[in-house]
Amino acid sequence: MSVRCIRTQATRSSTISLVTELSVETLVAPARPDQTGAEISAPVLPVDLRVTGLAKSFAGTPIFKDVSFGLSRGEAVAIVGANGTGKSTLLRCLMGLIPADAGAINVLGTDVRNSSSAGLRAMRAQMGLVSQKHNLVPRLSVLSNVVQGLLGQRPGIRHWSQSFAPIASREAALAALEKVGLAHLANRRADRLSGGQSQRVAIARALVGQPKILIADEPTASLDPAAGEDVMDLFFDLARQEGVTVIFISHNIDHALQYGDRVLGLAEGGMPLDSRASSLSAQELRGLYD
Amino acid sequence: MTDTSFPMGLPSRYERPSALAFLVYAAAIVIVLWSFAGAGFSIDKVISSPPRFADFIDRAFPPNLDPKVLARLGWKMLETLQIALAGAVIGIILSVPIALLAARGLIAPTWINQIVRTGLGFIRAVPDIAWALVFVVAVGLGPFAGMLAIAIDTIGFCGRFFADDMEAADKGPSESLTATGARKLDVVACATIPAAMPAFISTSLFATEKAVRSSTILGLVGAGGIGIELKVGFDLFDYPTAMTVILMIAVVVISIEYLSGWARTKIIGEQR
Repeated sequence: MSVRCIRTQATRSSTISLVTELSVETLVAPARPDQTGAEISAPVLPVDLRVTGLAKSFAGTPIFKDVSFGLSRGEAVAIVGANGTGKSTLLRCLMGLIPADAGAINVLGTDVRNSSSAGLRAMRAQMGLVSQKHNLVPRLSVLSNVVQGLLGQRPGIRHWSQSFAPIASREAALAALEKVGLAHLANRRADRLSGGQSQRVAIARALVGQPKILIADEPTASLDPAAGEDVMDLFFDLARQEGVTVIFISHNIDHALQYGDRVLGLAEGGMPLDSRASSLSAQELRGLYD
Repeated sequence: MTDTSFPMGLPSRYERPSALAFLVYAAAIVIVLWSFAGAGFSIDKVISSPPRFADFIDRAFPPNLDPKVLARLGWKMLETLQIALAGAVIGIILSVPIALLAARGLIAPTWINQIVRTGLGFIRAVPDIAWALVFVVAVGLGPFAGMLAIAIDTIGFCGRFFADDMEAADKGPSESLTATGARKLDVVACATIPAAMPAFISTSLFATEKAVRSSTILGLVGAGGIGIELKVGFDLFDYPTAMTVILMIAVVVISIEYLSGWARTKIIGEQR
């Protein structure tokens, strides 16, 4: 069932340095038919992420094994699968937040499994994470929460709070808040926001450092359907504007098909599905949950 | 509900203890009785004590309300509060970095966590009055020795609980900041400590209450405060003055408890 396909994507932001461009591998997509039988072109695209033969278990219980996939620049990939199939675990392995048992992970030129702490921090500084529970620091202001999104690139006490932050960082944080439509709430405490507002602030925090890869772990799970739609629209509008590569987990099959260029499906300890969203039906995806 | 619904019948209301559990219960009862014997528990003394207690009350009342005595005791009470507050504040501030080293999975490796936690356990194992005796020897008689005793006692208490609070804090914000590439110290300062702050405040208020209670008796060993007045009152059989001291301590400690409870509600109660 595994069909790999690479979508030609608009060139990404000009802020990427030549050094970075050279440091990442390129993927020559093989010309072969997809599930619909149509032949896909074989563009040469830089690969932001490459996973090969990944395996992870907890206390001897295997979660998944032999998971392999790659993400090219600017792609949006949905990860779907029933509870307990290891979707969140997979994302945490990709960021080096938890160690994988076997396999190789290369993210933006960094060998995640063999990298030093400093190397992992440098890699994460080019990524952004949006979580299901938003994970804002509740007692701090909205602006401080967004300023802290710059800590990977600008470590130290000046980015602990917006009160100490340099003007450039405060302006960048406010600009990110403006993009999510919440600049007027910059001074409000994070625990006094609604669920939708809170998730928008989390998106601003993830975007403020101009990441190359955005990871979203069920970003709408704690929101009502209307707020969830708003957040997904906003998230993908911004991600596409910035040319960011996106990996997101969703239990909402419509979201996976609507916002993902590709869909990866986890089931039965492996990844039996890797296919273009346009070639999939909701019915096929529901099969993963049976 | 008919019997046919439960062919096996209803389960018994009480479980019969296993032989091992029965032995443990029996051993526990023997240990408690043995402790009573070691503590010199005597029914005769319990029965004969009320008349003696009544005699003490009779001699202690009315309390000594001579303005000169009240003024002297008032200043000593103020000194007691100063010892408690200064010691508690120093102890609370020093507890934060110590707790960072004691908390597992934050900034220090496990072997440092173990060493620091053992040290905090030792500090707590030594009673505050014993620390006061040590500091009287080290820095001489007076309130400074008392303040140091309160500070070290507060470190033992707050260091342990601050570390536990940080370990139990919501890991979500920490993970999100770690995912941005932030360093461990930045993550702790920006996510872990703010998440644990309500617990820190609550623990600090309890530590301050504890410090006020402790500081009232440090004077017994010459470490300043109103305790010395209590000792002199009893030594000279001046029970009315001793009763005044006891009542002052009760009023101050209960007031501090109310104040602490009010502050806790105001500060932490605003959390949503």
